[in-house]
Amino acid sequence: MSLDETAISGDVGRELLNSYRPFPGVSDELLDPAGRVRPVWRPFIDHLSSLTPEEIGNRFARGNQYLNDAGVYFRHYGQNDAKEREWPLSHIPVIISEDDWEVISEGLIQRAGLLEQLVADLYGPNKMVSEGYLPANLIARSPEWQRPLVGVTPQSGNFLHFLAFEIGRGPDGTWWVLSDRAQAPSGAGFALENRVATGRVFNEYFARANVHRLAGFFRRFRNHLVELRGETDSRVSILTPGPMNDTYFEHAYIARYLGFMLLEGEDLTVQNGRLMVRTVAGLKPVSVLWRRLDAAWSDPLELEESSRIGTAGLVQAVRDGSITMVNALGTGILETRALLAFLPRISKRLLGESLKLPNVATWWCGEPATRDYVKDHAESMMFSPALSTALPFSSAQTDFIGRDFEKFHKGILETWIDNKSSDLVGQEAVTLSTTPAYQEGGLVPRPMSLRVFLARTADGWEVMAGGFARIGRTEDASAIAMQEGGSAADVWIVGGRKPVRETLLHQIESPYFKSQAGTLPARAADNLFWLGRYVERAEGAVRLLRAYHARLQETADPEAPLVTMTADYLEDIGVAPDAPVPQSLCDILQSAVTSASKVRDRFSVDGWLALNDLAQTASGVKLALHENADVPRAMGLLLRKITGFSGLVHENMYRFTGWRFLSLGRALERAHAMTDLLSVFTSPKAPEGSLELLLEVGDSAMSMSRRYAVSLSQATVLDLLAMDTKNPRAVLYQLTEMKDHIAVLPGAAEFGHLSHLARSILQIHTSLAIATPQTLTPETLADLRDRIADLSGELTDTYIR
Amino acid sequence: MFYDITLEVIHDYASPANSGRHALRLMPATIPHEQTLLAGELSFLPEPSERRNRTDFFGNAVTDIAYRTPHRELCFKLVARIERTATPEAFDISPPLKSLAREIADIQSLRPVEPVHFLAASPRLRLDPAFAVYARERVDADMSAIAAVETIGKALYKDMRFDADATTVDTPALEAFERRHGVCQDFSHIMIACLRSIGVPAGYVSGFLRTSPPEGQPRLEGADAMHAWVRAWCGVEIGWIEYDPTNALRVGQDQIVVARGRDYGDAAPVKGVLRTAGGQTTDHKVDVIPR
Repeated sequence: MSLDETAISGDVGRELLNSYRPFPGVSDELLDPAGRVRPVWRPFIDHLSSLTPEEIGNRFARGNQYLNDAGVYFRHYGQNDAKEREWPLSHIPVIISEDDWEVISEGLIQRAGLLEQLVADLYGPNKMVSEGYLPANLIARSPEWQRPLVGVTPQSGNFLHFLAFEIGRGPDGTWWVLSDRAQAPSGAGFALENRVATGRVFNEYFARANVHRLAGFFRRFRNHLVELRGETDSRVSILTPGPMNDTYFEHAYIARYLGFMLLEGEDLTVQNGRLMVRTVAGLKPVSVLWRRLDAAWSDPLELEESSRIGTAGLVQAVRDGSITMVNALGTGILETRALLAFLPRISKRLLGESLKLPNVATWWCGEPATRDYVKDHAESMMFSPALSTALPFSSAQTDFIGRDFEKFHKGILETWIDNKSSDLVGQEAVTLSTTPAYQEGGLVPRPMSLRVFLARTADGWEVMAGGFARIGRTEDASAIAMQEGGSAADVWIVGGRKPVRETLLHQIESPYFKSQAGTLPARAADNLFWLGRYVERAEGAVRLLRAYHARLQETADPEAPLVTMTADYLEDIGVAPDAPVPQSLCDILQSAVTSASKVRDRFSVDGWLALNDLAQTASGVKLALHENADVPRAMGLLLRKITGFSGLVHENMYRFTGWRFLSLGRALERAHAMTDLLSVFTSPKAPEGSLELLLEVGDSAMSMSRRYAVSLSQATVLDLLAMDTKNPRAVLYQLTEMKDHIAVLPGAAEFGHLSHLARSILQIHTSLAIATPQTLTPETLADLRDRIADLSGELTDTYIR
Repeated sequence: MFYDITLEVIHDYASPANSGRHALRLMPATIPHEQTLLAGELSFLPEPSERRNRTDFFGNAVTDIAYRTPHRELCFKLVARIERTATPEAFDISPPLKSLAREIADIQSLRPVEPVHFLAASPRLRLDPAFAVYARERVDADMSAIAAVETIGKALYKDMRFDADATTVDTPALEAFERRHGVCQDFSHIMIACLRSIGVPAGYVSGFLRTSPPEGQPRLEGADAMHAWVRAWCGVEIGWIEYDPTNALRVGQDQIVVARGRDYGDAAPVKGVLRTAGGQTTDHKVDVIPR
C-alpha cells in the first residue's frame, strides 16, 4: 500500500505525511486502504499541517512541561533498580469515530456482562465446569482461582465494578479483544493525565473539536462507589501495594482526584469481621475498597502467606459481607489467557448470543485434539503460558511465535508442546493496526492497542469515552509495552456534534461529589510528622553548618575554640562537617523525600517537586563543591530552597489534621534543637562568640538589636531564643504552636479531661513560660530538651500505634 | 481404636505482641469410615478478643482467634478423644499410571475432593524437574497407581535421612530433597512433588501419630509430635489412599487426621500474623494415648 498523495486535499498534510507509509497487510487508523486520510482525522491533520515544526515542538514541550509539573511518572524496573521514569507521552492522539466507538462499546458491555456471569459461576455453582464448557483441570491449576473465596457471594451482588479491555484492530478493520483486565485494572488515571497533557498541546483545536469528555465517567463511578457503602459513616478507600508499585502515581492521583483515602494493607485491621482503618481518631469502618493490589497479596492469613502488604482477616471481612471489594477477590481468574479459548462458547451458553467483539483466537493445549491442531499450525502461532494473566507481548521470554522457537530449537517444537500441554496456549499471531506518531518533523505509522475502561454505575456498565493507547516504539508490535520503551497516547472519540457539557447538567441533578467523612490514617500522620521533623532538622543543620564555615573562614584557624566547639557539636547531632556538604545532610533530606513519597496523595504536586529539587540540589552541591569553595554561600542557597519548600507547603496546605501533624513535627524538631543548642552554647565553658553564634543560627540578630537597647548578654539571648512568644525561633513559641495543635487533635479532651499528651505539653509549656533567663541553666535546659523529646514518643503512642 | 490426644503449643514473644490474628487447624476431623471425633476442646491463654470457627475449602475445621491487647505469651491447648477406624484397602485394583490422565480429564467438577486440585504446583510446592527425574527412574507407565505410590514412598524412605534439625518449616522441598534429609513435612512434600510429576494427584495430611517408646522404656510424657503424610489419588475406583513416607507404611490405625490440603500451607496447624518488634520461641507438647 502506498500513499496516494493526490487524495489529500491541496497541500494539506503533504509535508507531514511525506514519510507516512502504512505496512502491507496491516490496517491503519489514519489512512484508508486507498491511502486517503480518513474523514475523522482530516480536521486534525489540517490543523497539524498549519503549524510549523517549531510551533509543533513548542506545543509538545508544553505538554511535557505539564506532565513534569504534575509529577506524572511510572516506575521502570531495570536490571538492578526500579526508577521513576518520565511519562512517555506520544503527543499525537488516536482519533476514533463515534461509529467505531459504538461498535466497541456495545461489544465490551456485552463482554463485561458475560465476565460477571462467568466469575459468579466459577465461585458459585460451577455449571461451566459441570456442563463441560470449561475443563476442571484448567481452573483448578490457576493460582488466581482463590479457594478461600469459593462459595462467597459479594455483598453488593456483583463481583465486577471496574474493568479494562485491551483491544486491537485486525487487518480487516474489525476490533479484537486481546486481553481482559479484571483483577485491578490500571491506566484510567494515566488516561486522564494524557488527556490534560494532549489538551494543552492542541489547546485551541481541542476546544473546538467534538471530542467526548472523560469527567462524567469518573463522577458516575465515584457516585456508584459511594452508594455501595450502605452505611453512611463508613468510607470508600483505595488500597495500594505502596510506593514501590509501578503505577503508584496513579493510585495517589485517583485518590486525590476522587477524594478517597489511599490506604496500604498495614493501615487496615479487621475487628469482629469488619474492616477498619487505623486513623488518628481511632479505628473507623471501611465498607468499600477499590483495590489496586492483587488478591493473592491482600490477606497473608488466608491467601499468599508471605505477603507483607496485606491485611490479616480481610477475607473473613469479605465472607461476613462487611466490605465490598472492587473488584471482588478472585476475579483475577478472568484474566487467564486460556479462558479466551472457551469464552466464545460460554457466551452462547450464558448469554444466548455470540460475542459481538471477537477475542484473539486461542487454543488450550491441555486437550489432545486441540493440541494436535496447534501442532499442525505451530509455525505461525503465538505461544504463551496458559495461566498467564499478563498482557500479550509483555514478556518476550514467555510469549513467542512458533517459527522463532524453531529457529533456535530445530525439530523439537512438537515435543515441547506435548510436554507443556495443560500449561500452554497457542494463539493466532496478532497484527495490530498502526496509528501516527510524530518523529523528526513528520508522522510515521506505529502499532497500537487500546485500553478501554468500563465502570458499573447506577445505570449499568458505562464505557469511558476515550482511553489509553499504547504506541509501539518501533514497527514491531512486540515492543508496545511501556517497560519495553513503548509510549502512551490520548484517545479521542470524535463525533459530528459538540458533546453535551455534562458537568453543568449533573450539577442540577445532584451535588458534584457526595461528601464522605474524612479521617487521617495513622500511617499518613506518622509520615507527615516525620516529614516535618526531617525538613526542620535539615534546616537546623544547614544553619549550623553555615555558621561553622563562616567562623572557619573568618579565623582561618580550625583550632580556634568556637570553631572546634561547633565542629564537636555538629558531630554530636550527627552532621559532622567532614565535607562541605556532609553525606549525613543529604541523608536527612532523603529521609524527608521518603516520608513524603508515602503520602503523595495528601501532598501538593508543587510541594513534592520542591522537595525533590531540594534533595537533588543538596546532592548536586555536594558533588560540585571542592575543598576551598565558598561553603557559607552554598549553604545559603540550600537554606533558601528549604524555606521555599516549607513556605510552599505551609502556605498552601489545607488545614486538615494532616497539616497539624506536619506542623507538629516541625515545631517539635525546632523546639528540641534550639533547647539543645542553648544548653550547650550558654554553658559557662562556652568560648567567646557563642552568643553571637546562637543569634545567627536562631536567625534573630535583627530582632535582638531592635528589642534590646543593651548589649548582648546571656540573659537577653535566652529571653529571645527560649522564652519569647513572638519569635518563631524561640522554644516557647514552638511549644505554644504544639499546644494549640494538640488541643484540637482527636481525643485531646474527652469528657472534660485532658488527654495524657495534652497534659504533657501543657506541663512543659508552663514550666518554660514561668521560667526566667536566670533559672534557665544548662542543666534545666537539658532537662527541658529531654522532656520535649519524650513528647515525640507520646504522640506516636497516642495517634500512630 | 480410641485415642486421647492432648496438645499444647506455647509461644513466647521477646517483646509484647500488640495484636495478632491466628488461624488454627488443630481439631481432628470426623471423617466417615475413617475416624470420629467423640469430644474435643480447644482453649487459649490469654483469652482471645475474638474467636470463631469455620470450615475451609478442603473441609478442614479452622478456629480463628484475634488479640487486640498486648501479650507476651500465647498458649493453645487441645484435648480430644477420637475413634479411629480406617484401614488400608487389601487389594490393588487401581489402574495403570498411563490411564490416570484420561480418568482425570473426564472429571467435570471442582469439588474439594476432586484430584484436579492436586496435580499442579501449589503455593509451597514447585515441581522442579529433579522430582520427575527421580520418580521416572523408579516407576513405569504400566505400573498400577498404588504400586507407584508405594514404590516412590519406599524409595524416599530408603534414600532420605530423618533429621529433626536439618530443616525448618520454611525450607523448600527441593532443598531438602537435594540434601536428602528432613522431617515428616519434607518427606511428604518431596513425595507429593514426585507423584504430581508423574501425573498422580497428591496432597498433604497433617495429624497425629501414635508412637511407641523404645523396648523396655516407659512412655515419655509430651514426647509425641504432630505428624504429616501424603494422600494420593489412585483412580476413580479406589479414590484416595494415604501413605507415610517418613515411616514407609500405608496409613491406618496409628495415625489421626487433622487437616488435608495441597501442601503444608493448606493444612498448617498454626498460621499467624503478629504486630510485634522482636522474635519468638515456640514449644510443643503432644500426647497420643491409646485407650
